[in-house]
Amino acid sequence: MADSTKTKLQVSAIKNGTVIDHVPARHLFKVISILGLEHITTQITFGTNLESKKLGYKAIIKLSEVFFKDKDINKIALIAPHAKLNIIKNFKVTEKRDVQVPDQITGIAKCGNPNCITNNDKVNTVFYVQPKDKEKVALKCHYCEKITDPEDMEVF
Amino acid sequence: MKNKSLISINDYSKEDIIRTLDLAEGFEKNPNQKLLEGKVIATLFFEPSTRTRLSFESAINRLGGKVIGFASKDSSSVQKGESLKDTIKTVSNYSDLIVMRHPLEGSARYASEVADVPVINAGDGANQHPTQTMLDLYSIRKTQNSLENLNLFVVGDLKYGRTVHSLLMAMAYFQTSYHFVSPPELRIPEEYKMFLQKKKLDYHEHTDFSDIISDADIIYMTRIQRERFSDPMEYEKTKNSYVLENTMLEGTKDNLRILHPLPRVNEINEDVDNSNKAYYFPQALNGVFTRMAIMSSILGLQ
Repeated sequence: MADSTKTKLQVSAIKNGTVIDHVPARHLFKVISILGLEHITTQITFGTNLESKKLGYKAIIKLSEVFFKDKDINKIALIAPHAKLNIIKNFKVTEKRDVQVPDQITGIAKCGNPNCITNNDKVNTVFYVQPKDKEKVALKCHYCEKITDPEDMEVF
Repeated sequence: MKNKSLISINDYSKEDIIRTLDLAEGFEKNPNQKLLEGKVIATLFFEPSTRTRLSFESAINRLGGKVIGFASKDSSSVQKGESLKDTIKTVSNYSDLIVMRHPLEGSARYASEVADVPVINAGDGANQHPTQTMLDLYSIRKTQNSLENLNLFVVGDLKYGRTVHSLLMAMAYFQTSYHFVSPPELRIPEEYKMFLQKKKLDYHEHTDFSDIISDADIIYMTRIQRERFSDPMEYEKTKNSYVLENTMLEGTKDNLRILHPLPRVNEINEDVDNSNKAYYFPQALNGVFTRMAIMSSILGLQ
């Protein structure tokens, strides 16, 4: 409870839109590029390095007048599997959503293998998301068949 | 399998593998069947190779087909900066099937997606070399009369060796017991161990290569390459620890056969060549029959 009060004090409320909470602080900028937030013209507030019991340090993103489709928001599940979405209508949370790891991701991340064709020719990357253990997933490149760890992945 | 590219050994099911091996057996009995008459096959080797290219070309010629292509990137438009996509699109117009070797991993999968004709991967970097795997399987089945329940010892560079990775995956269809023998730096990668665990198959890792081969049915030797070591002294120390010598074959099983994808450097001592357990030269010949089988089934002629 104390935690969420503090967060509210640090990041101002929005009237309509989406709040993405529980993003690991170290991945905030990757989440921004995956979602293409640099192209959005409505008001966005970022908070980062906020203390979190679960994540150590978390980030929060408040987007005014922006609502995501599942297939778009699920792309961040690779690096922010515990992210929570709060859909805000008229200052009230009307819906809470979790993110789900997709089976396949296309054109977001760079293959970690420098000798992969996707890093040498104009080829869109395709990865199959495979379970590594209970918590983590691994990305298997459709082309070179090598594994990229989402923790190390570079976003285009 | 008709019109289906062969890029990764995973593209073939157990039934596909057995069907191809049976076909290859037919070609061994009667290699001069003019099944490819009127067909043009492109062999695009962006990276040099002796055995693979010549055995493909020998297979095509024996089956009455025509070969076009190049043996190194220096004699192609890649020199002028042409992209792989454009080369493949162009060659698709001139041929019924493309056989490709390329130094980049994933290049063959990509080529199969842009080509209008089927593609056979003849090696893409350190990734896959499925026709080598088919000839390895053919050699194993021929010498052991079966692929089921064998003790397979794989020795040398298990980290980068593409033939090792493809063979390991294909043999998983046949309840194989695996023994991996390598220096610590060149251990079998985690993803392949995960794969075997998932299939509930038995495997053992060894760093010492002596007195452990008495129950081996197949020993698959590979070359340890100098460039894989960051420390040249480490290479010098290691390279002689994984050499197979004739004296080591005392007390091994009668049915044991030694395979090697070739070229070899010093990892099999020449004194092994005369042993009846040495099978690496006939193994290379089997490549012609298996490649005949693969090409004629992809072209729907068998």
